[in-house]
Amino acid sequence: MAEEKDREGTEAIVAEFHKKIKDAFEVFDHETNNTVDVEEEEPTGYIRYEKFLPVMTRALLERKYRPIAEDVLLRAFEVLDPAKRGFLTKEELVKYMTEEGEPFSQEEMEEMLSAAIDPESNAINYRDYITMMVIDEN
Amino acid sequence: MGSHSSSQHHFAFQNAEKAFKAAALIQRWYRRYMARLEMRRRCTWNIFQSIEYAGQQDQVKLHDFFSYLVDHFTPSSHHERDFLNRMFTEDRFAQDVETDKGDDYESIEVPDSYTGPHLSFPLLPDHATALVEAFRLRQQLHARYVLSLLYETRKHLAQLPNINRVSTCYSEEITVCGDLHGQLDDLIFIFYKNGLPSPERAYVFNGDFVDRGKDSVEVLMVLFAFMLVYPKEFHLNRGNHEDHLVNLRYGFTKEVMHKYKIHGKKILRTLQDVFCWLPLATLVDEKVLVLHGGVSDRTDLELLAKLDRHKIVSTLRCKVRKESENQEEKRKVNQTNSGQRPTPWFLPQSRSLPSSPCHLGSGLKASKACRSCSIPCGSVEQSRQVRRSVDLELERCRQQAGFPGIKEKGEPLPSAPDCDADAGEVLEPTQEEWKQVVDILWSDPMAQEGCKANTIRGGGCYFGPDVTEKLLEKYKLQFLIRSHECKPEGYEFCHNRKVLTIFSASNYYEVGSNRGAYVKLGPALTPHIVQYQANKTTHRLTMRQRISRVEESALRALRQNLFAHSSDLLVEFKKHDASESGVITLSDWALAVESVLHLGLPWRMLRPQLVNSSVDNVLEYKSWLESLAKEQLSRENIQSSLLEKLYRNRSNLETIFRIIDSDHSGFISLDEFRQTWKLFSSHMNIDITDDNICDLARSIDFNKDGHIDINEFLEAFRLVEQSCSEGHASACLQSTENAENGGSSPGTR
Repeated sequence: MAEEKDREGTEAIVAEFHKKIKDAFEVFDHETNNTVDVEEEEPTGYIRYEKFLPVMTRALLERKYRPIAEDVLLRAFEVLDPAKRGFLTKEELVKYMTEEGEPFSQEEMEEMLSAAIDPESNAINYRDYITMMVIDEN
Repeated sequence: MGSHSSSQHHFAFQNAEKAFKAAALIQRWYRRYMARLEMRRRCTWNIFQSIEYAGQQDQVKLHDFFSYLVDHFTPSSHHERDFLNRMFTEDRFAQDVETDKGDDYESIEVPDSYTGPHLSFPLLPDHATALVEAFRLRQQLHARYVLSLLYETRKHLAQLPNINRVSTCYSEEITVCGDLHGQLDDLIFIFYKNGLPSPERAYVFNGDFVDRGKDSVEVLMVLFAFMLVYPKEFHLNRGNHEDHLVNLRYGFTKEVMHKYKIHGKKILRTLQDVFCWLPLATLVDEKVLVLHGGVSDRTDLELLAKLDRHKIVSTLRCKVRKESENQEEKRKVNQTNSGQRPTPWFLPQSRSLPSSPCHLGSGLKASKACRSCSIPCGSVEQSRQVRRSVDLELERCRQQAGFPGIKEKGEPLPSAPDCDADAGEVLEPTQEEWKQVVDILWSDPMAQEGCKANTIRGGGCYFGPDVTEKLLEKYKLQFLIRSHECKPEGYEFCHNRKVLTIFSASNYYEVGSNRGAYVKLGPALTPHIVQYQANKTTHRLTMRQRISRVEESALRALRQNLFAHSSDLLVEFKKHDASESGVITLSDWALAVESVLHLGLPWRMLRPQLVNSSVDNVLEYKSWLESLAKEQLSRENIQSSLLEKLYRNRSNLETIFRIIDSDHSGFISLDEFRQTWKLFSSHMNIDITDDNICDLARSIDFNKDGHIDINEFLEAFRLVEQSCSEGHASACLQSTENAENGGSSPGTR
């Protein structure tokens, strides 16, 4: 009995996910032919909605792309700032973002710096940065 | 020693691993953030575009309405006849310009106090450059020079063919620019970055020079001046906004009257003529076709080259020639149209009648038979009766006429004295010719194959890659350059890079909304795109800030739109709330909103920005609607349903008022106002009694002299954009206090 209820519950959630996914997909499907292009400049490949839907549904169900909590984010920055100065220099941030993890492209780095960096000190006060970004999201 | 170093290594490794993970986390967070930002940007874009196109559709519907009136309304008194005549003085405009010598601008004196540029003809390159410089310094060209420039421009344009042929062997390169929409800053930027026009630097400007931006006059002056100075190298195409009827709605008419209070009317009349002499397309090296909108599966370049473009004064409304000469064409046209044309919005039952932007025609018998149609004076029941009887009459007329398709206009109505259909040499365009021009000025490309009616804009069609391919093959062309649509990057290729959209008005919707672009064609005709954004502030903003600004603006517009449909939304919400609990799920909210607004927007994505009062995925819809209203209403004692209706129709209202105000004085009489409202409400499903309108009119007339200032009326309901609102607010608040003392209209329809 509980299992059935569970399944119903999941089905409802999946149905809702599907609607959300369709909405989001359509925002990018500007030619309204049920495909979205993968690359901006020279589209070499398209993703069809039929393929996209099950992959995305599973991702949502598995909570793969949940938002990251503020405190977790803060701790991540603190790992990169072991001296606990409260900031990262521009060079340090660039090094970490472009050499570690899944490295940023030149463009991504520039864009992040433009918002994060304090032009006077040439450093990133990560606490303030996080707060600013989080507020903006909401 | 060994263990110490290995634990050091272990420690170091752990640190490195931590750093790696930390970096990866930060990157993942940042990328998710950017993805959401991109999503917001696209949503915002969708909002602006759908509202803009809905507005264009509105305009076409409005002109359908007027055409319908012309054909089926027989005025019951000479007052009404005069009134209607005045509404359609655009026909008379054409007459005046024919007889106008045009050289009486010489009588206009230029005062010594005038510090702006002086023009003399023939125009020299220095004059044109001086003009650009003067405008950059925010000077205004004197009316006398405006008129003389327009006169010379008309003379020049009249010599040009419909399809201008240009060659790149004389000039080294040719630059094609798209819509400018009165944005002088962008034009100056293009000349600065790409260089001024010269015998070595050819330019093609692809239409839509005016409307929406604030410097349409100056843009035109510069373009015309350079065209006169370099006639072989500087080319202009007509856009759908080079049209006096469109200008009434989108701001150009307003701008001219505001800048030229004395001579504005004359300038507008002359412009009307100049616009219809603009070439329809430009062909570069017989290989690249440049035109404003697009093509259709019926586009016939030979026909387009031969027709008399001057006779197509407006693409929104057109008197077409008698049918007798065009039996063949007419039948063909009917066949393609029967499935494609949307029904006229004000005649819900008629499916087979053609509509926007075609002009409804009827034969002589029909107009006589419709004599019984007339506009009622007031009650709801009567207006419904009228609509019913009008439908019946229409049906009878159609049966009498013999077939349900498009008919060309037969004899003019007895009430319109100025028709020149029988003038003989002044032949009107045929239905087919007119449609060909509408297609190239209004169409948009689409991804799917085929060709279907452009219902979003209300005119032209959507054409697919197969249509493009066939056309290019038929006329041995390489590709098509068109404009007409705003693109975030200022340009966009489609149809396998065979169609290039180029749009030169940056920040079109809002500061930071989009880039502008122009394209240079070298000798091999390979396109080279240059982008720009003519606003210093945007460079300093981060992408995040830019998107936020534009987004705010879009959401404001959207909330206004939602408010304007409050009553319909309430009805729709109630349908989802069978148990009358007062709440609906957010999912149902999205469905309901789309079914009322028809904007095709991703409502679930937008929901967090539009609804902040939801709990547990359900929404108390009544209080949400109330909060929307609170944001929009300026005074609580204005009946919200009246305001809502006015809001929904405000662009239409403004356009109608400007049409009524045929002498562009900025004032209409109380009587004209009342009559306008009667006509308007009986066909727009607005149930507001005549008395209320009279009260309203009288209360708006501040100085009690029997005239209403159009701007003040619109401002009384906060319908005018911010730029015009200074100084009127306090006066209007007083007026609205007296407005609704009598009982107001019941409910909604």
